[in-house]
Amino acid sequence: MAEPYAESPLATYTDVLERSSVRGQLRIAEEPFLAQVTVRVDPKSPAAERVGTALGGMLPNQSGEVVLAGDLTVLWLGPDEWLVVGPEGRDRDVQERVTAALDGEHGAVVDVSANRTVLSVTGPRARDLLNKGCALDLHPRAFESNRCAQTMLARAGVILVRRDAEAPSFWLLVRSSFARYLADWLVDAAEEYRSGGGEP
Amino acid sequence: MLLIHCPWCGARDEAEFRYGGQAHVDRPPDPNAVDDREWGEYLFVRDNPRGRFSERWVHSAGCRRWFDVVRDTATNEMSAEVPSRSGRR
Repeated sequence: MAEPYAESPLATYTDVLERSSVRGQLRIAEEPFLAQVTVRVDPKSPAAERVGTALGGMLPNQSGEVVLAGDLTVLWLGPDEWLVVGPEGRDRDVQERVTAALDGEHGAVVDVSANRTVLSVTGPRARDLLNKGCALDLHPRAFESNRCAQTMLARAGVILVRRDAEAPSFWLLVRSSFARYLADWLVDAAEEYRSGGGEP
Repeated sequence: MLLIHCPWCGARDEAEFRYGGQAHVDRPPDPNAVDDREWGEYLFVRDNPRGRFSERWVHSAGCRRWFDVVRDTATNEMSAEVPSRSGRR
């Protein structure tokens, strides 16, 4: 019988990403296998409140808002749509808790963990790097800690999450089939920082 | 490139959006009750004004919601965006 076996979309890129990181300036790495669950429910319904309670923090209701609830991160994706991101293996638990909280009311809970993989881009150069392919203003004044945006990075659709503005730290949630393209683009875009100082 | 104001996400590049054609084109309530000419007009015939034009857009690379805008076809000025009345939120 076959053994269950999981390989992340960027499993073969670990070394490549490691080599393109610049100590103290920029670090690019995959955070594979994070649990991701999509939740859709009417934000004004009692069910939405119950879902918030079950997750340990209210569902964010502002565009681009991120709510941290213990080891879970809840991203606003739309006025009635959220993405719950958690550590590897939490997907089943989150799915069951949210489904129980819906209690049969109209809504949807779907495990989408394999849909996207997560790239973390951290360091003082992270914003410069991302702005080479992203039209959003990523300055902390405009895009502060715990904000998210669905946008395009180098023409690939991503969910961009700013985790910390002080020590710039971003998550890029990218569809598995775009992951290697985006990793290639990031490695290429980071080249100038590797070869010293940012001079061309 | 146009800068389009999504009612949910704010100003974003045109590349994140898809165009949905003229807004407020209502499907005949009973398609069997209209003749071929009326049905053909519902399917294919759209206004093509020079000036203000109500149209639908979807923020396909963002929140994926439909909304209506009024765009001046001569100047591309957009205004009066409200969440779409004819589509899903």
